[in-house]
Amino acid sequence: MNGPEMLESFEGNWETSIGAWMPAEGKVYLRGKEVLTELKDYRWHRYLLYGVTGRDSERIARLFEGIWLISCSFPDPRLWNNQVAALCGTTRATGVLASAGALAVTEATIYGLKPIKGVMDFLYRTEKKLKKGIPLEKIIIEELKKYRSIYGYGRPLRAQDERVTPLMEFARKLGAGKGYYTDLAFQVDEYLSLSKYGYSINISGVAAALMADEGFNADEHYHLATLAFTAGVIPCYIDAKEKPQGAFFPMRISSVNYCGNEGTKKWGDLA
Amino acid sequence: MTEKKLEKITTRIWNETAEEDNPFAASACYCAGYDVYGDLLGKASYIEYLYLLFKLERPSACQAKLLEGLAIALANPGPRDHSVRAAMCAGVGGSTHASALIAAISVGAGNLGGGREVFTAVQYWQQCGLDLDAWSAIIKEPPVEERADVWTPMEHPPGFDPNGVSCPAPVRQTLAYLAEISGAENLVWLQQNRSKLEKIAGLPLAMSGVAAAAMVALELSPEQSEILHLLLRLPGAAVHSLEQEKLGWRKYPFFGDGLKLLNDPDPVRKEVDGVES
Repeated sequence: MNGPEMLESFEGNWETSIGAWMPAEGKVYLRGKEVLTELKDYRWHRYLLYGVTGRDSERIARLFEGIWLISCSFPDPRLWNNQVAALCGTTRATGVLASAGALAVTEATIYGLKPIKGVMDFLYRTEKKLKKGIPLEKIIIEELKKYRSIYGYGRPLRAQDERVTPLMEFARKLGAGKGYYTDLAFQVDEYLSLSKYGYSINISGVAAALMADEGFNADEHYHLATLAFTAGVIPCYIDAKEKPQGAFFPMRISSVNYCGNEGTKKWGDLA
Repeated sequence: MTEKKLEKITTRIWNETAEEDNPFAASACYCAGYDVYGDLLGKASYIEYLYLLFKLERPSACQAKLLEGLAIALANPGPRDHSVRAAMCAGVGGSTHASALIAAISVGAGNLGGGREVFTAVQYWQQCGLDLDAWSAIIKEPPVEERADVWTPMEHPPGFDPNGVSCPAPVRQTLAYLAEISGAENLVWLQQNRSKLEKIAGLPLAMSGVAAAAMVALELSPEQSEILHLLLRLPGAAVHSLEQEKLGWRKYPFFGDGLKLLNDPDPVRKEVDGVES
């Protein structure tokens, strides 16, 4: 059903199993559990995991909390999403506007949410193709031919990703990092790093593999990563806000390299 | 079957009639009484319609010209502007296009050249009007809010550039043009008293100050002025972001050598950089 009939059936009518606040009773429910009694002692990441996926696991909560910390919390104001937060600090916008702007920007192609989701999708598509008997090398080459890059491999500014080893060490402590997808992700890494492309696995590739081994799909992984960058973003805002207004990497007129039309024109001139 | 009570949106701005075959599709849309698609479209300019949306009445030719001039003056603050830089950060990283505007709005919202500065400046205008002594008093002793707010207090007189030296030509040109075409009392007064105000503030007038004065001339509230300022500055953010998206992160400033870590725990690098923790 779609069209006006569908809209009418939902008019003033939202049926959900996700949750609700019951103001009369003073109760809050999330996926069938009472937040203020049953869930009140959860760590926040376990609560988020339960809310996003319905899965309830202290171990996985700890795993993706660690992924957040090791992968996404770089407090360097030069990184593009953090720059937005630092610019908010320098113009004295609010802290929440800084986080909102920076988080919106983390849905980027060269880092952030697009690779985070994209590489898990790549691993699942690769698995399907392998099951059809297509060799891994062919799958990788076709992916590169079609998309020019593979999410989760290669990195701006630095070839090797310094986060891979610490994250794998952390994951192993939690009994993760030994599954099919982690193995597959590193097989792709081995091929690419020895090929003419020279790409190495980056942290989004490792994180996706670890979470795929825990049975998450690409959408769940994406939603769980949405807020992952906040711990790096907020300090960059605070740092710029504590310095003088407008002090964040000010740019003089001559820092603009104009490469447009030569000379100037008059608006009244014929085009 | 009893019909459920329909919850409603209350608005003075917009009214619609429904298509006969679909209660969720409009057959006509009226903005402040004008049939937008049946009459206004093709007759009103974009600026006239924008004015109508905010003010719920047609602008006079003079008001439309003033808003148009303001819209052009604000449309592109240029690639060095903080809000445009935020949008370009989205562009170079291949972020969503919406995020470029979200970032520009976040950064362009603040007390330095942003929407909040215009909000506060319009409040100053409401309080001081054309009274130079009142301006002097409020600049020298700005109002202090007792309660903490998400907005931190202004660190400079609103509408003036805390890092400026003299009033730049584009600011002067905009003020002169807007005062001339509108003849608005406060814009003319600002032009005549700019130097005196700058002397009191110890700072040059900024574009945000001219924008605030134009908003006052258009009889906009501080809230309307803040949000219109955010809206009008987006075109530049949009096009600069799209341009940088094509050029890529390698051609965009990263300030690679610009950051010094003051409490670097690595003793070797500390020695090389000569930075003491």
